[in-house]
Amino acid sequence: MEGSKGRYGLYGGQYIPETLMPAVQELEEAYEKYKNDAEFQRELKELMEKYAGRPSLLYYAEKMTKDLGGAKVYLKREDLNHTGSHKINNVLGQVLLAKKMGKTRVIAETGAGQHGVATATAAALMGMECEIFMGKEDTDRQALNCYRMELLGAKVHPVTSGTMTLKDAVNETMREWTSRMDDTLYVLGSVMGPHPFPMIVRDFQKVIGQEIKEQLMAAEGKLPDAVIACVGGGSNAMGAFYEFIPDTSVRLIGCEAAGLGVDNPKNAATIANGSVGIFHGMKSLFCQDEYGQIAPVYSISAGLDYPGIGPEHANLAETGRAQYVPITDDEAVEAFEYLSRMEGIIPAIESAHAIAYAKKLAPSMGKDQIIVVNISGRGDKDVAAIARYRGVEIFD
Amino acid sequence: MSRISKAFENKKAFIAFVTGGDPDIETTEALIPQMAAAGADLIEIGIPFSDPIAEGVVIQEADVRALQSGTTTDKLFDMVKRLREKTDVPMVFMTYVNPIYTYGTEKFTRKCAECGIDGIIVPDVPFEEREEVSGACAAAGIELISMIAPTSKERIDMIARQAKGFLYCVSSLGVTGVRSKITTDIGAMVRQVKAVSDIPCAIGFGIATPEQAQEMASHSDGVIVGSAIVKLIAKYGRDCVKPVCDYVKEMKAAVVVAEGKTA
Repeated sequence: MEGSKGRYGLYGGQYIPETLMPAVQELEEAYEKYKNDAEFQRELKELMEKYAGRPSLLYYAEKMTKDLGGAKVYLKREDLNHTGSHKINNVLGQVLLAKKMGKTRVIAETGAGQHGVATATAAALMGMECEIFMGKEDTDRQALNCYRMELLGAKVHPVTSGTMTLKDAVNETMREWTSRMDDTLYVLGSVMGPHPFPMIVRDFQKVIGQEIKEQLMAAEGKLPDAVIACVGGGSNAMGAFYEFIPDTSVRLIGCEAAGLGVDNPKNAATIANGSVGIFHGMKSLFCQDEYGQIAPVYSISAGLDYPGIGPEHANLAETGRAQYVPITDDEAVEAFEYLSRMEGIIPAIESAHAIAYAKKLAPSMGKDQIIVVNISGRGDKDVAAIARYRGVEIFD
Repeated sequence: MSRISKAFENKKAFIAFVTGGDPDIETTEALIPQMAAAGADLIEIGIPFSDPIAEGVVIQEADVRALQSGTTTDKLFDMVKRLREKTDVPMVFMTYVNPIYTYGTEKFTRKCAECGIDGIIVPDVPFEEREEVSGACAAAGIELISMIAPTSKERIDMIARQAKGFLYCVSSLGVTGVRSKITTDIGAMVRQVKAVSDIPCAIGFGIATPEQAQEMASHSDGVIVGSAIVKLIAKYGRDCVKPVCDYVKEMKAAVVVAEGKTA
């Protein structure tokens, strides 16, 4: 389409109110200027290494490998980053960019709270005002992360419209940005939304895959046979996949949240159940009804509880370059407990979806083959919810 | 001359917005011809959407009420078809791009034309993405109404040159909803449009009082009022026809006063 930007095949674009168009264009211009700016890249690299703790480890999960009896399993430890997830990679980039643009205030949506915490952290570090929008349902599920954001100096707005989850938090952050753009940048947390966000977030996250390639080359002298990551909007998966897209021998597998099952209405498996639509600034796949009303989705994981997926993932699915599989709540919780006991690593319930699929896949592969699972975040935030799932009431 | 053009012919237009199916289809169907009789020159009917990102709380809640009462795009097409047998008032649909795209854009615009809808307003389709719907609108013979905002500035020329029907001028930053004060220089915005196009300019977002309507109309070709009407519907429910029509009469009178005072 003439004039339409940020396309991944059919998907992507900039479907937003006229009021916001100059703001996304300003962001795009700034990004184009700074992405090749040596000083910006040097500052970002320094933040990534000296503040966030990059590179993150690529850990050989020997016990898990032996237990599963097939492919060697490596874990990319994004959970060890400062703030406990991959989200820090993107926010350090975007908040630094906001600062270069002369903005003094950042706003963001959050689901599980990981992106909110990361944004609040970067804002504290760089001296920016910060406001986070979080579905009321999620402020209840993730009370600890809420308090953490406030501790970091951010103001948290519980969102009570719609389904009171991540989608509604995005709606409310967009509304807020529409009312104040001069001094404010919307720091979007995933590879979604209107162009240039899917591109910018992917570029700031692609370090994950670059490091995996380099670290695995050093350890094994070859490429992995499969890279597995969980997918909500899809930023940790895009970060892990992007470097490997041209390496067609590497299977790329995204794990969607199937909630109570893909045949049960309570799920969030967009690729399995969604259809093409246009929402949150992008043409992509969405869980919706025949009239285009966005469906109320469900997952035990607040971070995957989203009715859409980033446009580049929709295109990777359509072209067959990546494969997307549904993982239920039960499977994810079981994997959460499995990794905790097997390797002494408590993963985020989001990342546990990827572990769950690795458990299915590894035994079917040869011992000379390699799977890399992206552990996108740590599971401290989920402990209370998992306890509840198992019928144990603890205070978090 | 199209029905939309007639709404602005030798007068300033008062444009009334209602969410279709709020609180139910019967009420909307009763309300529209009565609002036209009370002086509304053009009726904007919102097709409710689950996630209306350009709306403030008042219209968000109207969308929830309408969807809960079982309103669908097809039921609104049927309603418009019935209304078209009784009234000549120009009617446009306001909805988000997803309900249009998912319905099938060509099928949607064709049904609009068949039922007597004169145009569509799609707040999440900016100039750069207009081809998503503009071809289908042209083929069906309905107008795609363009929008400009206080942030549009140098974008106004290109948008105004392409604009059809009327130009929806967003008065303020932020989402729809009543505002105590509109601070944008509306006169300057309209003058910039008129320098490149003779498209009628209607001002919307935040207008609630007759004083605001008169002031905004004095700088433009018409005013659009949504949230203030929807608030009355929320308050009176199925009994909203009389209070809404009383309000429409008062607002139309304020717009008429502005006709004599145009800057």
